[in-house]
Amino acid sequence: MASPERDPVTGYKTTGHEWDGIKELTTPIPHWWVSVFLATVGIAIVYLYLMPSFAGVKGFLPGALEWSSSKQLAEDQAVAAAAQAGWRKRILETPLAEIEADPDLRRFAVTGGRALFNENCAPCHGVGAGGQQGQFPALIDDDWLWGGKIEDIHQTISHGIRNEDDDSRQSTMPSFADILAPEQIDQVADYVRALSDPSQEATRTAMPGAKVFTDNCASCHGDHGQGGREFGAPTLNDAIWLYGGSKQAIISQVTHPRMGVMPTFAARLDEATIRMLATYVHTLGGGER
Amino acid sequence: MPRFNHAPIERSAFLLFLLTFIVISIGGLVEIVPLFKIESTVTPVKGVRPYTPLEQLGRNIYTREGCYVCHSQMVRPFRDEVDRYGHYSIAAESMYDHPFLWGSKRTGPDLARVGGKYSNAWHVAHLEDPRSVVPVSIMPSYAFLMDKDLVTEDIRDHLQALRGVGVPYTDEMIRNAAADIEAQATGESTDALLARYPKAKIGDFDGQPNRLTEMDALIAYLQVLGTMVDFTDIRLETPGK
Repeated sequence: MASPERDPVTGYKTTGHEWDGIKELTTPIPHWWVSVFLATVGIAIVYLYLMPSFAGVKGFLPGALEWSSSKQLAEDQAVAAAAQAGWRKRILETPLAEIEADPDLRRFAVTGGRALFNENCAPCHGVGAGGQQGQFPALIDDDWLWGGKIEDIHQTISHGIRNEDDDSRQSTMPSFADILAPEQIDQVADYVRALSDPSQEATRTAMPGAKVFTDNCASCHGDHGQGGREFGAPTLNDAIWLYGGSKQAIISQVTHPRMGVMPTFAARLDEATIRMLATYVHTLGGGER
Repeated sequence: MPRFNHAPIERSAFLLFLLTFIVISIGGLVEIVPLFKIESTVTPVKGVRPYTPLEQLGRNIYTREGCYVCHSQMVRPFRDEVDRYGHYSIAAESMYDHPFLWGSKRTGPDLARVGGKYSNAWHVAHLEDPRSVVPVSIMPSYAFLMDKDLVTEDIRDHLQALRGVGVPYTDEMIRNAAADIEAQATGESTDALLARYPKAKIGDFDGQPNRLTEMDALIAYLQVLGTMVDFTDIRLETPGK
């Protein structure tokens, strides 16, 4: 190792290392760099003192400012709640059926309801509430399973259908595979298809399926297939089919009934929110008075 | 002021090693020691229970299929997230997750509170063909889960392994694991299951009553996500004070 010598250009000493004629200087780190480094150490210590940091013996150390993201959230929510407080109070205090009569309130409920619908309802009922053929009912027509008054819609959103909520709408369509003979099922399927066909209006009462229908189906679906909302029994004398209107689809439904399930939203959304949603759905086109 | 001279340190291998060791030790202690008390930072809440055997198998499928790559399970404490997904996630909710599936990227929505938001039929339709229910979705189809019988023979080993890392599965839970899967997926004789795992969702999840498929397990898992904690009961004040 060569002994250190002073570099004539910079004036700094060399380390004494030399490779292929290149010598290494011991240039000190610049002062500005050292200052910034020490400043970051200082900032870290101040930050540790002010903000939540390490786990302590009992819980974590909250820091002198006692800042937490949950407190921050609570403040943000309070600001938002204050901004909407007047509207939400009016929505809660106005009877459901009268919300739409007030133009301003209606606008607030429908606008908010649309955003809420897209997040909570659209995955099943579709954006715009057109429903999904073979799965989930449309909400834009007047063909309601459980009722189209705003109070009915509110009840359905709050507690859902056939779920674990004690207040949910419950009904079960039995399987007729063991109750009816195959030819009877075949006949009643023909009859159910004829119910919504105007050209068969005069002849359908003479069909063999008519008696099968009266004996087995009419108690829920009505004498003329007009549906029974207390059981969520669909209207069968219109041409709207949730699970398909082909003869095969009807036979399948009679023998292996599919029944829709809707979750309960009372635990997920607050009352004012559900009222906004109910108003939005009620104004989509099929709402009943 | 005498200038600090590092030459003696650099010229002595022993001194360099010793001082390096001391510096790294300080850094290590500052990072490691607080972790010994990490338990004290988890706010205890009522309702969080270990997953039922069926849910745990569904969780394994969720992990296997890489769902966590596109879906997070972490509602952050921001107003927009709380408005959309519900109460922000708390540490206790993933205390029995090994490994946790918080994820770090949302190509799809967060799933921390998806339990109970949709019906089983929706999950089946969505997993079979996501675009049939969400037209703009870019999620791939998982229709094959409907056709794969669930492997349940090794469930005891799974629970045993989880007990090894701290999930409080009891001997009784492990002994009855196969029966609990059967009970949860068929809805028959569920009393023992519900005693062991309160509020477990019961039923035929995939719409094929005669088969126990991977779809059953995955939907059972999805339907329990975020539903265990009773948020009317918990107190989330800063535990530091």
